[in-house]
Amino acid sequence: MQNTIQAILRATSQIILGKERQVKLSLTCLLAGGHLLIEDVPGMGKTTLANTLAQVLGLSFRRTQFTSDLLPADIIGVSIFDLNTSNFQFHAGPIFTNILLADEINRATPKTQSALLEAMEEHQVTVDGSTHLLSQPFFVIATQNPKHHIGTFALPESQLDRFLMCITLGYPDALSERALLKNQGGRANAGSIQAVCDVESLLKLQRLVNQVHVSDALLDYLQALIQHTRTQTAEGLSPRAGLGLRQCAQAWALIDGRNFVTPEDVQAVLPSVVAHRLAQESDVAKQILEQVAIP
Amino acid sequence: MNQLLNFQLLKWLLVSLAAVLATHTPNLPVWVIIASIGFGTWRFLMDKYRWPFPKIWLLLPITLLICVGIVFTFKGFFGRDASLSLLMVMCSLKLLETKNIRDYMLVIVMAYFLVGNLFLFSQTITTFGLSIPPLLLLTATLIHISYKNADKPKPIIFYLKLAGQLLLQAVPVMLILFVLFPRIPGPLWGLPQDANSGMSGLGDSLQFGNISNLTKNSAIAFRVQFKGAAPEQSQLYWRGPVLWHQEDRSWTMSSNKIGLQTESLKVFGKRIQYTMTLEPHNRLWMLMLDMPTLIPHDANLTHDYSMIAEKPIRTRLRYDATSFSSYQLGVNLGERERLLNLQINEGENPRTVQLAKSWQGLSAPDKINTALQRFRQLPFVYTLKPPILGNNPVDDFLFNTKRGFCEHYATSFVYLMRAAGVPARIITGYQGGEYNPNGSYYIVRQSDAHAWAEVWLANKGWLRIDPTAAVSPERIENGINDSLDETDELPLMARADYPWLKKAYLNWDSVNNSWNQWILGYDDKKQLDFLKKLSGKNMSLQEMLMWMIGIIALILGLTAYFLIRKQKAKLNPAQRLYAQYLKLLKRAGLTPRNGETTSDFATRASKNLPNQKTQILDIAQRYNVITYSQSPNPELLQDLAQCIKQLNIPKQS
Repeated sequence: MQNTIQAILRATSQIILGKERQVKLSLTCLLAGGHLLIEDVPGMGKTTLANTLAQVLGLSFRRTQFTSDLLPADIIGVSIFDLNTSNFQFHAGPIFTNILLADEINRATPKTQSALLEAMEEHQVTVDGSTHLLSQPFFVIATQNPKHHIGTFALPESQLDRFLMCITLGYPDALSERALLKNQGGRANAGSIQAVCDVESLLKLQRLVNQVHVSDALLDYLQALIQHTRTQTAEGLSPRAGLGLRQCAQAWALIDGRNFVTPEDVQAVLPSVVAHRLAQESDVAKQILEQVAIP
Repeated sequence: MNQLLNFQLLKWLLVSLAAVLATHTPNLPVWVIIASIGFGTWRFLMDKYRWPFPKIWLLLPITLLICVGIVFTFKGFFGRDASLSLLMVMCSLKLLETKNIRDYMLVIVMAYFLVGNLFLFSQTITTFGLSIPPLLLLTATLIHISYKNADKPKPIIFYLKLAGQLLLQAVPVMLILFVLFPRIPGPLWGLPQDANSGMSGLGDSLQFGNISNLTKNSAIAFRVQFKGAAPEQSQLYWRGPVLWHQEDRSWTMSSNKIGLQTESLKVFGKRIQYTMTLEPHNRLWMLMLDMPTLIPHDANLTHDYSMIAEKPIRTRLRYDATSFSSYQLGVNLGERERLLNLQINEGENPRTVQLAKSWQGLSAPDKINTALQRFRQLPFVYTLKPPILGNNPVDDFLFNTKRGFCEHYATSFVYLMRAAGVPARIITGYQGGEYNPNGSYYIVRQSDAHAWAEVWLANKGWLRIDPTAAVSPERIENGINDSLDETDELPLMARADYPWLKKAYLNWDSVNNSWNQWILGYDDKKQLDFLKKLSGKNMSLQEMLMWMIGIIALILGLTAYFLIRKQKAKLNPAQRLYAQYLKLLKRAGLTPRNGETTSDFATRASKNLPNQKTQILDIAQRYNVITYSQSPNPELLQDLAQCIKQLNIPKQS
């Protein structure tokens, strides 16, 4: 299993140069069974990362460019009257896939956003009274431009909470930039990537995440962190966020090849898990980690 | 210090000082109170509007001015009142230069001392109760100081609650100090003279108006608890000074007591045993029930059977005594005594003297009866507001005004008897008392003060005659409140109306009485008795001190032990080993930051101690596995201990 994980990381990092940490976090998020939000300015490789992950993991992949005139039916699908059978025929939308890349999610109207987010939570969609299950596993990797960019509808807190993690990619370092410019990575090479994993092994990995041991001492720490956000910051973490934090820490420990979680795992994933939920200050996660003692 | 917290702390300090000032208001001159409030307000405004601290050229004249004020008000610096005023006003002046924590502490400690000073003025329960709120506030302020670095201000209730807890936790130590701290007979240091001003009680002379003034005073003179049944109300004559000598309008004790022989005393009937608790009155009298036989060992009986103490009674005094209600006193009267008891000034009160002369033919008992008969039959009125008497007061009273109080009746009766040739004298003291069913004891107030007469008859000795009883029998049967009409001003507590108020008052007095007996009356003798009961033997001073120090040390030791154990119990074996490791690294000046994980700290530490790198990283790794993994190998713990033992960290110089 450990080999599979390492292979996934290695393969992805060949395309996404110099972003090992972000790649690892993305994989953590997927293994923990959550959806991922990538927030960054255009052109930083958000789409490439999503695309690469899908290919490496051997999963079906659909991409939807969110625009302000995108309608819920454009994502979910629509029932069309078939003249031959005199019946309504459901035409599945792009949401019926393993990995859905919702590109620039904050450019769509709130109505469309909610349709997607609802499906993310329920893992099913209901059209004209009939319910359609989504495929397993189902990940949404949404990208969004920073809020101050023109023509965006900010996601409300309740919907941000549905994303397990929010990461930013940031500019590459000098070495990776040079390699990129030499055409050694990036989207141009994405086509050459071979899948190193399949749906079965991925589901197995997800099950393994839940088996990573979380000791009482660590639960104490988690609770102290959560409590700290509730008493010392404007908005506290929800129980869902607390569960998410635990799962991410477990997934991170699994990727590191350990069968138990240590405070380092929590500290590694915490900024990505809590920052978008507490939102106001940029270094809120850092402050939390510095103020809460490890029991 | 955080500006906001600083202001918060200042507000706490000002409120506590205000509470101290409030409890002391009756003991301070008005200008001291105003000045103290002024300095406090100044300090408050200073912080609010960011005024600068006043310079020394301003503070120095103010200080001098205050000193002059104290000297001017109290005629000096010494004495309780002057010192208190000086301390109070200087404490508030100090506010104008409290900048750092040290200054705050100084003011708080001074304020604690000021609270303690309350007990120099009074030691009642009320005073004790009044001292609690300032103590609570001061302790809360003290706590506030230790929380000055907190992230944000805590709610007021937090500080008050903690202060209350601390005060309660101090109670056991307080009790032990109370019980075991060696008591020294008498006060520890002499109270200054002004401490005893304002005590009231019977004087050593009697003038018209003395007792009726005292009657308006509801202060308690003494409390009595009888062993067995109490005598009837009409028999409760509490004997005080015996007055022999008449001069103008006043009666005094015999001017020359030397050589006067002690009167003989025979007693009959039932023995009455009782315990007196006498309030301080700054004189020598110790009241006893007529007629005392057994007296406390540190008191003396005079030749005419009034009991006096060795020094003025300035603290509450408790003593056991025995009396008999039937007695024969001084059957044999010496010639000198007889003359002294017949003395009246020549040429005064001619009408009275004339009246007495007209009884020449009668026997002595008949003379007495005639005189009493006169009081009964003529329209004499018993009142607290007698008219002013003229140059011959006895004449004026007996023949004109006929309105008077016990002293009028007693003096004029004795005068009449002496003029008629019957030896007579005035006894002052108290009559009656109020029974308190809660605690079953009698309360005798200053308003129960009374004067009556004793006349000497051959073969019978001195007989008690109370002329007031002839005029107003209710005074003797029922107490003073029944014998006066509504217009007479009597203290509220001596009146019979408002029964519920009376009941509440009696309850409160019984609490007070217990407080007096058990808290204030806990002196060297009671301490020895109590400890004897506890330990079965007499305890020496050294033993008491040893026990006291021993028990307090035990309490503190146990508290410390449990506190430490509570902290240790939280640590499992791995954590204890880890604590050792942290201690070792501390030598090299390395301590984990808050929120720094074991591995991160180990990485940082190994950079600082490159030659210990493997051990440090091993320790961190093992500790992590033990703490966080599922069912770790028990051998790992020994492994961890081994690693820590191998750690070799030189002490940083």
